[in-house]
Amino acid sequence: MERDKLVYMANQIAKFFESAPEGARSKGVADHINKFWEPRMRTQLFERFDAGRTSEMNPLVLEAMDAIRRPEAPQSSGAPNQGDPSLA
Amino acid sequence: MSLIQEIDYGTPVSKAEKTVTLTIDGCDVTVPEGTSLMRAAMEAGIQVPKLCATDMMDAFGSCRLCVVEVEGRNGTPASCTTPVAPGMKVSTQTERLKAIRKGVMELYISDHPLDCLTCAANGDCELQDMAGAVGLREVRYGYEGENHLGKAKDVSNPYFQFDPSKCIVCSRCVRACNEVQGTFALTVEGRGFDSIISAGTSFDNFFSSECVSCGACVQACPTATLEEKAVVEIGTPEHSVVTTCAYCGVGCSFKAEMRGEELVRMVPYKDGKANRGHSCVKGRFALGYATHKDRVLNPMIRDHHSQPWKEVSWEEALSFTAAKIKDIQAKYGRGSVGGISSSRCTNEEVFVVQKLVRAGFGNNNIDTCARVCHSPTGYGLNSTFGTSAGTQDFDSVEDTDVILVIGANPTDGHPVFASRMKKRLRGKPGQPGAKLIVIDPRRIDLVETPHVKADYHLPLKPGTNVAMLTALAHVIVTEGLVNESFVRERCEWDEFQEWAAFVAEERHSPEAVESVTGVPADLVRKAARLYATGGNGAIYYGLGVTEHSQGSTSVIAIANLAMATGNIGRKGVGVNPLRGQNNVQGSCDMGSFPHELPGYRHISVDAVRETFEDLWGVTLDKEPGLRIPNMFDAAVEGTFKGLYCQGEDILQSDPDTKHVSAGLAALELLIVHDLFLNETANYANVFLPGSTFLEKNGTFTNAERRINRVRKVMAPKNGYEDWQVTQMLAQAIGMDMNYAHPSEIMAEIAATTPSFANVSYELLDEKGSVQWPCNEAHPEGSPIMHVDEFMRGKGKFIMTEYVATDERTGPRFPLLLTTGRILSQYNVGAQTRRTGNVVWHDQDLLEIHPHDAEQRGVRDGDWVKLESRSGSTAIMAKVTDRVAPGVVYTTFHHPMTQVNVITTDFSDWATNCPEYKVTAVQISPSNGPTEWQEDYRELTMESRRIVPAEAAE
Repeated sequence: MERDKLVYMANQIAKFFESAPEGARSKGVADHINKFWEPRMRTQLFERFDAGRTSEMNPLVLEAMDAIRRPEAPQSSGAPNQGDPSLA
Repeated sequence: MSLIQEIDYGTPVSKAEKTVTLTIDGCDVTVPEGTSLMRAAMEAGIQVPKLCATDMMDAFGSCRLCVVEVEGRNGTPASCTTPVAPGMKVSTQTERLKAIRKGVMELYISDHPLDCLTCAANGDCELQDMAGAVGLREVRYGYEGENHLGKAKDVSNPYFQFDPSKCIVCSRCVRACNEVQGTFALTVEGRGFDSIISAGTSFDNFFSSECVSCGACVQACPTATLEEKAVVEIGTPEHSVVTTCAYCGVGCSFKAEMRGEELVRMVPYKDGKANRGHSCVKGRFALGYATHKDRVLNPMIRDHHSQPWKEVSWEEALSFTAAKIKDIQAKYGRGSVGGISSSRCTNEEVFVVQKLVRAGFGNNNIDTCARVCHSPTGYGLNSTFGTSAGTQDFDSVEDTDVILVIGANPTDGHPVFASRMKKRLRGKPGQPGAKLIVIDPRRIDLVETPHVKADYHLPLKPGTNVAMLTALAHVIVTEGLVNESFVRERCEWDEFQEWAAFVAEERHSPEAVESVTGVPADLVRKAARLYATGGNGAIYYGLGVTEHSQGSTSVIAIANLAMATGNIGRKGVGVNPLRGQNNVQGSCDMGSFPHELPGYRHISVDAVRETFEDLWGVTLDKEPGLRIPNMFDAAVEGTFKGLYCQGEDILQSDPDTKHVSAGLAALELLIVHDLFLNETANYANVFLPGSTFLEKNGTFTNAERRINRVRKVMAPKNGYEDWQVTQMLAQAIGMDMNYAHPSEIMAEIAATTPSFANVSYELLDEKGSVQWPCNEAHPEGSPIMHVDEFMRGKGKFIMTEYVATDERTGPRFPLLLTTGRILSQYNVGAQTRRTGNVVWHDQDLLEIHPHDAEQRGVRDGDWVKLESRSGSTAIMAKVTDRVAPGVVYTTFHHPMTQVNVITTDFSDWATNCPEYKVTAVQISPSNGPTEWQEDYRELTMESRRIVPAEAAE
């Protein structure tokens, strides 16, 4: 069976914070994901969570979901800072 | 410009603090106690004639040329071996001395070929100089007697030759090999008149001997006996420029010795603070790639990677690229493009690449190859100490009492630092050598090398570093070896106590983890005691620590050990990551990670973003961008479509090749900016030619945070330095970027990044180099960090639970594959494979223990199939007991080996640094390359076709 790479990575983070002092565990997971996971990955994590596909998720990940920042709408099209129309 | 002539003081500097005043030729001279008369004279500007002495090594006293007279003493002592004494009155030139020297020189020259005019060392020969200095005008003995002339040259080394006819047996080469390099490959064979320098045994030549071709002997030779072949061919250089080597993270300083725009040779620079005048085979000699015929010098484009390349003008290539970028962003969104900056390029170059991505592309999809090597170092040391860098300078090793090497192979990966380490391990009269602990699955050279033997080698199973490091901590805590006063004063005490209770649990004891690590508990206990109680303890580590699914945890565990034993904040101690590439440290410092701006400041912090937003006149995205492995994932998913890849061969170097190639093939735009059509370029549709370190100005930051200048010695063959290429691309997408010189980029870095605030080209030119932090608090830089307090304030202990990797052996894949490097090759070999270095290592080999080999019917030199859950490749076997049973090992320097077809997509939990160091594999006899390798060879040939540009009308 193909493993769910995203959930696998979230669980890896949870595993590390399992040994953190009580109170710092789910916060550690949430902080880490907020700091290092780009919006696409966080969106995918929320998609699984919102759809109830959580059976493979480490309890600490589930506990952390509240504190994980929900990404805003996907990055809009049309790049800023590229003013020269002659190059379009 | 002229040739930089470094002063040779004849004997090494004395480190004594007490000084002595004496008189030499009527001048008063004050020097440190223990200085030789020769050196003291040179300090006063008086050059005593000499042949066997040079300041890179200890005095020897054999040539009898440097004799002097001392008032009140009998005879004529050698000035190199006679130490200064208070009130001494020394004469360096008297009638008696003149007669002695002339007599000595007369004897030397009576047995030396008189072919000065056609000799390669003409004008650069100390024997010639000394004949002149002593006024030798005739040789009364004639030249007919017994002599050593007409002996055959040894030209077996690709870079230098040995001409015994010109040898004066001064032993400088032998001593350089012993004292500076520490290889002990050379010896004086025979006695008296029959004495001759010999490499290895009498059956050897230089190539077949133990010689590692570091060049120390060539540099030491006062005659043309050991001479660079390049000098023989080209002639002597006429000017030189000090620059920094572009190979490993040691960052050696070299004099690039030139004739016009032709590089004659690279000579290590004695004032270089990383290398102190030493070099290795790569930096000293492996420069041929810079002028190799494979270099691509014109931009090329194609609509799809299945087509042949078309050579075009820079304008056409850049407008093609800019249009693609705009088109992709319009179709798929602002976040659909990104860049990868190179740890081989300068600080200034990686800074402009991240600026292009953040300010030009408008997202944070910028990563660097440090992702796949030292990103866990960044995370681990930042979490515990508060900054992402090693704590010491290289000089610090001279004050170390216990060296702990884990997951690093310095003699191959960081050879010049390894020589400095070996020197400390050997010790010297009055100062016994440092003790050595090696933790490595493989018996690396350092475990047992001439005059060095590890006190403890802990051959752990790959993937068990955290279990091992926590067990060491267990011993230190439970046996009461913690430096409590240091911990109380410098670290968070509550967190320490929690950590101490955690590591003290019985399940972390060496006995409990013995079945996991495979290392006898007794050995672990002894090693822990030695590290904790043996004096100044310093830990040196490499990718064997970081490239694991628990890489970051291991780095934290190392930091915990150093804090618990108080081995932080002074000379001789510390935590020292040995960085792979020349500018890994710099590329991380320069904001190449998707989550942080230059100076390791998180992108979500408003104040930090504002600094750059104000200067650049744009709004920056506050969300972290894609890391390299995420880029491949997103490309396969279809949301990431365009990548600018500067000087990195991701297809060859990143794990799980099939996943990487699927990602690359899915891109609509892949810009490869490189010297060569590398493996990644198979999937590219834009190729922008790059420049070598010889062709650009800038800075590299080495493993000790040292910012070294890179100076241009020749015009870029491709027309532009790499920062200019990036700048032209930025301009093509409409950015206002107009640097005239890299010093302007450094000025912007200093203005925006507090740890670089004082760095400028003026300061670097003045000091030679500085180590960051370099700012108001540390105006001239910081050789040692965390001296009075940690960068984060108090040091933070963090629990390190061992979690076994999910990459496990089983009945199908019973062996563990781990990977590493070899001295003569560098990284993916793009450079070193295009030099004479291939004679040492023309293919990757699989090391396998005799027991495992026999079980599988594999003999030395057989082709074997190497198979993992990810794929299979074929490689030649080398049967050796350097690896333990159950472990196999290979390097990844050659593209056809395709080792990364085997490696998996498991990665470090914190940073996604790939787990290169552990792959479960099976091995079986094979007839030759696999189908994948054959197909790959074809794909490569196919994708490298080039249609030349049509002639202009």
